[in-house]
Amino acid sequence: MLRYIYGNDLDKYPTLAETMFQDRADQFKTRLEWDVSVDEAGHERDNYDSLNPLYVIWEGEDGCHGGSMRLLPTTGPTMVNDHFSHLSGGGHIVSPLIWECTRFCLARNASSRIAAALMLAGGEVMHNFAIKHYVGVFDARMVRIYRAIGSSPDIVGSEGEGREQISVGLWEFTDAAREKVAKRADISPETSEA
Amino acid sequence: MNAAPPMRLDIILEDLEGASELSELQTAIENLRDHFKVDHMVYHWVSGAGDQYGCGTYSPEWVQRYLEKEYLRIDPVIQGCYQRFHPVDWKRLDWSSKAARGFQKEAIAHGIGNQGFSVPVRGPNGQFALYTVSHNCDDDIWAAFTETNRRDLILIAHYFNQKALDFEPDRKPEPAQPLSPREVDALTLLAMGYSRAQVAETLNISEHTLRVYIESARFKLGAMNTVHAVARALSRGLIVI
Repeated sequence: MLRYIYGNDLDKYPTLAETMFQDRADQFKTRLEWDVSVDEAGHERDNYDSLNPLYVIWEGEDGCHGGSMRLLPTTGPTMVNDHFSHLSGGGHIVSPLIWECTRFCLARNASSRIAAALMLAGGEVMHNFAIKHYVGVFDARMVRIYRAIGSSPDIVGSEGEGREQISVGLWEFTDAAREKVAKRADISPETSEA
Repeated sequence: MNAAPPMRLDIILEDLEGASELSELQTAIENLRDHFKVDHMVYHWVSGAGDQYGCGTYSPEWVQRYLEKEYLRIDPVIQGCYQRFHPVDWKRLDWSSKAARGFQKEAIAHGIGNQGFSVPVRGPNGQFALYTVSHNCDDDIWAAFTETNRRDLILIAHYFNQKALDFEPDRKPEPAQPLSPREVDALTLLAMGYSRAQVAETLNISEHTLRVYIESARFKLGAMNTVHAVARALSRGLIVI
């Protein structure tokens, strides 16, 4: 099932939170070899996790993390503005109606249905919170995943080549796009409502 | 001033931005309340230490009562919005405790209204504020109102908070967010009368990307819409045509 949890409520879901931060370490450090920090508990966390972001998390039947992403409004610190503004036209993108989506993560055994469900959930958050756009930073592998689930971002800028390529992209979520992703996720938009 | 109705919000925000005294925030919020034709609008700042500052249209009796009774501690709107980023319809909050139900009953008796919508704003260094609209009407009318106006209210909440921060003593003013080169390009071409499609083509970006640049520029300029944003950028000399 999908859960929508603010950072300061994660302690109410200890197993889910623990496995999410472990899966993030597995994806970003072990598999993608990004320069991220992993603590003694094997959790990958960064400064943005301390800003009380909203996490959208897929919880498996065993109570463990299946996939997740992290959302923050661009009125505060964001990865795209702090580190990647050279890829988005040289300035900051700032608006309470534009949020950043980062740390899109899938557990090792996650089905593509989970990725689609997360995108659909992102659309629900957008719809319910009156957000107009998401901005995100992602690697080449995610470009394929986004395409596969029918939710390709508009790529604003990229750097690097091949597997190492990092891009900044934008999402809108029209009703048509919502239907398309819902179909791939094999769940009705209503099921995922925030 | 007898401006046509569509200009009114722009004028109110212009006055808000130029405010040099706290009393002008009160005038602005009363004008905003009248503009949106709702019973009440309130701006409520809560510091990390629990100090409060506010302005708005609630009766002085209710404000006094709220402070005396320390309703900050039980108000579900504060509890439900603190440390959050998203706007909340009061119906979605937890009013189930006895204290919350008693509080609600008393608030309604003081004319607050049976409906409410609050936008949390997180400022620098743990600053937190709420911008609230409340009204007396049925659920359908309220749902239609919030659906139509919620994005404007989110922007207004942030503009209001930015101004309120300016009045905080001993505070270094936040540097204004400069327009990015792409935002300057987009607004310049719009000011020259280009259509959005022409602007996107000229800048070699998609219309979606253009919408994001315009959205971001509008927020940085404290504007409610694209025309307003272009006008402000021109009058401040940020774009030249």
